[in-house]
Amino acid sequence: MSGDTGKDKPAQKPPSPAAPSLPPTEGDTGGRDKASLSASERRRTHDLWVAGTEEPEWVATATDEGAQEILPADIDPAVAGQRGVAVLDDYVSDSTVSPEERQILNLGPQHPATHGVLRLQLEMEGETIRRVKPIIGYLHTGMEKTAETLTYMQGGTNVTRMDYLAPLHNELCFSLAVEQLLDVEIPERAAAIRILMTELNRVSSHLLWIATFGLDIGALSMMLYAWREREAVLAFFEAVTGLRMNHHYIRPGGVAADLPAGWEDEVEEIIEVVRRGLEDYETLLNENPIFVERTHGVGVITPAEARAYGVTGANARAAGIDYDVRKIFPYSGIDQYEFEVVTGSHGDAYDRYEVRMGEMRQSLSIVEQVLETMPPGDYRSEDRKVTPPPRQRIDESMEALIHHFKIFTSGFDVPEGEVYQAVESPRGELGMHLVSKGGPKPWRLHVRAPSFAIVQALPVMLTDLMVADVIATLASVDPVLGDVDR
Amino acid sequence: MAGEASHPGFLLTTMQKGVNWTRTRSMWPATFGLACCAIEMMATGAAHNDLGRFGMEVFRASPRQADLMIVAGRVSQKMAPVLRQIYDQMAEPKWVISMGACASTGGMFNNYALVQGVDQVVPVDIYVPGCPPGPQSLMHGILTLQDKIMAGEIRRSTGVV
Amino acid sequence: MSEGVVLLASLQPTLAAIESATPITFTPRSGPTQVILEVPGQDYVALVTAVRDAGYETFIDLCGVDHLGRDPRFDVVVNLLSVEHRERVLIKVGVENDDPTIPTISEIYAGANFYERETWDLFGIVFEGHPDLTRLLMPDEWEGHPLRKDFGLGSIPVEFKATR
Repeated sequence: MSGDTGKDKPAQKPPSPAAPSLPPTEGDTGGRDKASLSASERRRTHDLWVAGTEEPEWVATATDEGAQEILPADIDPAVAGQRGVAVLDDYVSDSTVSPEERQILNLGPQHPATHGVLRLQLEMEGETIRRVKPIIGYLHTGMEKTAETLTYMQGGTNVTRMDYLAPLHNELCFSLAVEQLLDVEIPERAAAIRILMTELNRVSSHLLWIATFGLDIGALSMMLYAWREREAVLAFFEAVTGLRMNHHYIRPGGVAADLPAGWEDEVEEIIEVVRRGLEDYETLLNENPIFVERTHGVGVITPAEARAYGVTGANARAAGIDYDVRKIFPYSGIDQYEFEVVTGSHGDAYDRYEVRMGEMRQSLSIVEQVLETMPPGDYRSEDRKVTPPPRQRIDESMEALIHHFKIFTSGFDVPEGEVYQAVESPRGELGMHLVSKGGPKPWRLHVRAPSFAIVQALPVMLTDLMVADVIATLASVDPVLGDVDR
Repeated sequence: MAGEASHPGFLLTTMQKGVNWTRTRSMWPATFGLACCAIEMMATGAAHNDLGRFGMEVFRASPRQADLMIVAGRVSQKMAPVLRQIYDQMAEPKWVISMGACASTGGMFNNYALVQGVDQVVPVDIYVPGCPPGPQSLMHGILTLQDKIMAGEIRRSTGVV
Repeated sequence: MSEGVVLLASLQPTLAAIESATPITFTPRSGPTQVILEVPGQDYVALVTAVRDAGYETFIDLCGVDHLGRDPRFDVVVNLLSVEHRERVLIKVGVENDDPTIPTISEIYAGANFYERETWDLFGIVFEGHPDLTRLLMPDEWEGHPLRKDFGLGSIPVEFKATR
């Protein structure tokens, strides 16, 4: 296919019968044939080339990220940030280690424990990490650019795939931002449904987090147990929205469809099943000596560092900062439900674990309250400029048909303005900065991703730790690379 | 039958069928979960929809130990050379399943940032549609791949068998 | 109006504190839930420092906006939060099209580092004094700044069998 992309795509070359070219290494063998290579040179060949496959020449250098990679400490301009001393100077230097004993280890981007395609370059002295440079962009999808080409009704499909573990939160943030500019009233039932769905989404996201956290720490059975509970929540989502993930359910004006009959029983069952599961996990992990050893005092972030880097959510609350968007800037009627904000004090991985377990319990209690107090009424606003009319009205009324047509083809216009809307996603403060110039599509949609801030703060948490602690810390801060790269 | 141009004879075709059967049993996937599809891939490997019944619950981190690469998620321009490098490191016989709309064709993101279909970078055997495809769709794709291998439709390795 | 609207009146003490801390010009506007301060380029760093000293110590966001056809063409929007005052503030500064340069605030807020790199990567706005202004999301040898309005979407025409 021809295209007008700004970059040549790495096309597949036809298999060449000649010997593949070797990557440029020291003592490059040039074009000599394999028989004349020494044993060590042949070993280098086999490191990168397997019989029967061809490696195109560009591959060896194409994964080199050039200026984005970590440079030796004496010439790297951003050493302070990589040592994690930009805010607090707690760097422990050891003058007995000579520069030759330092090595740079490349972690990722394809790695089972980096929670996505995160690439970390670690400069280590033995087992101790000295500098960390995260390289991101391996999942950059151009979603902010795509958002400028989709109408506000379609925008939810794009935004929901950013933080793919908490899609309903992305949709909620987008819808709230649009509704602020539209100045449209959302019925109470719609607001309550939104809270129900997003709090259940928080539960399912934290369940996946505990599964992968346990898996990375070494408690492999956590992976199986937590997914079992998560399936219950996803089955409910499928019943309500039609999809297990990436629902596009919360739209500007309300939600896409009402809750199905019998939803109360399903939700009660979910609450019961998840509560039992949480007890099981705590029995398994809370006093497990291996788990405690691997998480106590590991990956510490102080409140000052969290504030400077913009770390929010469970990671900041574990450090002691009492900031929850649901309490301070409440949205969608969440202030009518009672819940506590769980905080820790040490800022290490164990506190993050405790905070997230507590958050799951609080979310279940919110879901219980919504279950008891769900108001009757409309599931979306009556404003026909924004929400499409019910199906049978289209057969009866010409006006309804025209509204439906207008909404789904050219889209509804949103008044000019600039607004920032934040919600509390499972990762922290998820915000959207929406600039509208009065048309049917956003002029600029910038998403403030909570995982972006935490990836930036990784050097702070990882320096002076051992390599094994890197995995524990990375798992405990719960980054989602779709959020980071957008 | 097996669709070969030359007919190696009765003994060899039976052995070929046997080898094909063994290759479909316990194909180990390489972890190549990129985005949302990775979550559904993990769900397929979890207890509810069990990939372990096919011997596939061990997702090998090292591509040297894997024979199936499930490209689960959107492949960005920066990731494409990495994808190719991982594919090249896998030993024959190897297969690629392109999972989801983004991996198959670029999905809903027809823009500057994504490779429009992972078959621009690696040869693909099975495309699984969906955004994301549910565990049942992915398993159907895997079972279709197993059928294709058993029927001898995919043979990229050179040599006798 | 959605719930949780913070009116400009309740922010007056904070704005007065900022104003008295530094004699610079800014234009306060009220958005639905936050105050937007527009400031000319030369007072940008002074305002950000003053806002931080007034208690807005949490760095939330820094992004660029391309208003193609307007002069100045770009806007850089900084989003700061004060947990104790329970308030947000947005600071907007305009950046010219030819030679789009503004000073960095990564010395004031360490978190601005990656955000400024991203804005450089996607818009081409140069942040003077930034320690490591390299690409962040795009590959290193990418040409162009994708989120500018004159950089096309880069979509390829989708072929359908029926069109052949």
